[in-house]
Amino acid sequence: MTSIVSPPTNEAPDSDEETASEGEFYTWTGKARRWMLKTLPPQKLLPQTQPSYVASWIYVFGMGAIASLAVIIVSGIILSLNGPSWWHISSLGHFVNSTHLWSVEFFFLFMVVHLWGKFWMASWRGGRLLTWITGVVSFAVSIAAAFTGYLLQTNFESEWVSFEAKDALNAAGIGAWFNVANVGQMFMWHITLLPIAVAAIVALHVLLVRVHGVVSPIDAAKTDTQLRDATFPDHHDTDLTGKTI
Amino acid sequence: MSKKISPMSWRKGNGIAGRSWKGTNREYDLFKELTVGVVVVSLLVVAASAIFSSPDDHSVTLKSWATSQPGDFVVTANAELGGTSDTAGYGPPYNSTSGSTQTIGALDLQSLAGVKIPIDTSKDFVIDPLKTLPNPPAAIATWTAASSDEQAAWTLAYGKALDKAKNNNPSNVATGNYGPVPALTNSLLTMAKQGSLDSVLQSGGSFYNFNYTRSVLFLGDGAYLNNLASTLHLGGDQWGMMNETGNYPGQSWLWLFSAFYQVEPFKSLPNADLVVLMIVVALTVLLMLVPLIPGLRSLPKIIPIHRLIWRNYYKRR
Repeated sequence: MTSIVSPPTNEAPDSDEETASEGEFYTWTGKARRWMLKTLPPQKLLPQTQPSYVASWIYVFGMGAIASLAVIIVSGIILSLNGPSWWHISSLGHFVNSTHLWSVEFFFLFMVVHLWGKFWMASWRGGRLLTWITGVVSFAVSIAAAFTGYLLQTNFESEWVSFEAKDALNAAGIGAWFNVANVGQMFMWHITLLPIAVAAIVALHVLLVRVHGVVSPIDAAKTDTQLRDATFPDHHDTDLTGKTI
Repeated sequence: MSKKISPMSWRKGNGIAGRSWKGTNREYDLFKELTVGVVVVSLLVVAASAIFSSPDDHSVTLKSWATSQPGDFVVTANAELGGTSDTAGYGPPYNSTSGSTQTIGALDLQSLAGVKIPIDTSKDFVIDPLKTLPNPPAAIATWTAASSDEQAAWTLAYGKALDKAKNNNPSNVATGNYGPVPALTNSLLTMAKQGSLDSVLQSGGSFYNFNYTRSVLFLGDGAYLNNLASTLHLGGDQWGMMNETGNYPGQSWLWLFSAFYQVEPFKSLPNADLVVLMIVVALTVLLMLVPLIPGLRSLPKIIPIHRLIWRNYYKRR
């Protein structure tokens, strides 16, 4: 059952840092710390409550994508530590390769549902433009990362993909530096550069979600019962399952 | 007086979406959700891996090509020698064949990139590999000493003769003036059948190799690789790279990119690759900028799927 809790009423600062006078932040480090604490205080970074409207299956898919990314990274590390041909000669290697493949499939499935969900929720509202943009960029960079993975299978699939994909990249002038038939170069992209890029953009995306909070429903109004609850904490209402709180 | 901001705008504004939520809250445990998520996804992944596994069709080699389709191999080797193969006429980044690049108006990104991976198909795919043999064929000297017109005439004549020969088999070719070409292509065929051409093309005589550009291009110039890909439903007109060998979902996220190659006028364009890539990039940027585009950003309000997503909220209003 989802329990409803009263909104925090204590607006007082939580740390000494926030009560410190401006003069105490005189170094770059101190100023950076002040900015970080102001932008994303610990209680926003790691909250124990969320607005009552954050109750839908659609919210599961963002976390599902992050969980899939964790499985992708772990299975990818095991594969890369054993070398690119290990999975062709070892049944365990083939199984790990399968987990890498299926975690990627789940990752994209969750990501696409998350993306469409956020579109229909117009999640860019209320100053969340950069959150939306980082979400779309992480999707695009993930496609590049997955593509380079297909080039590293060292089997017929990678042979064909490298032959087929070169034309679009060459036509755009990219192929001269991003040579899909150069396995050494693709390894660099797939196991280092692109995973770092995906992880960094996803991390930024998650931090932005924490900074701005989860967007409120379209047409949410001040007169809504749920908003009045904050003003009248003794008011009894029903929770998300319909029970009286 | 402050300007009124559209409720669908990305701007912070004074609306509820731009302020801290002051209404009721629910308990939420971020770490618990992440832990449960990782456990559930791991179980799903292990189950899918155990049930469906993953495809692993063996790679093809120049040796397997020369052994199974020697006629196609010799036809391709002749084209590489005469500079009439797809790779020979590709343009940048492999060579500077004029008029071969894909352009949109004056936009010629392919030429702008330049010849970064130079490939001379005659030298790199045929002559140089043959020179690595313990006893290189004497025909190399004849070929090297000939003028470019003579070389072109020999390969053109031999190419026509191979087309007419049964199964493109060199032994069925009618007598003609082909110069040293049959000796060169047959030596290369023998070298490929023995397996030594694969290593020579890949490493160029070095011990290590990480770059398969030459092997992939040579293979792709023939019909062998393309026919195999079509059999495995991987051809460009079969949704290409989006598919995967076997019955696997493949890169389904490339559906939009592949879709353009299936429909006119895109699939018949001489610059289809560049046009499709540009369209997909433009659509991605459009998706990125949806919050800035009036009309487009209002779609979620017009089509009320949000009513379903937040149905509990709206029920409790």
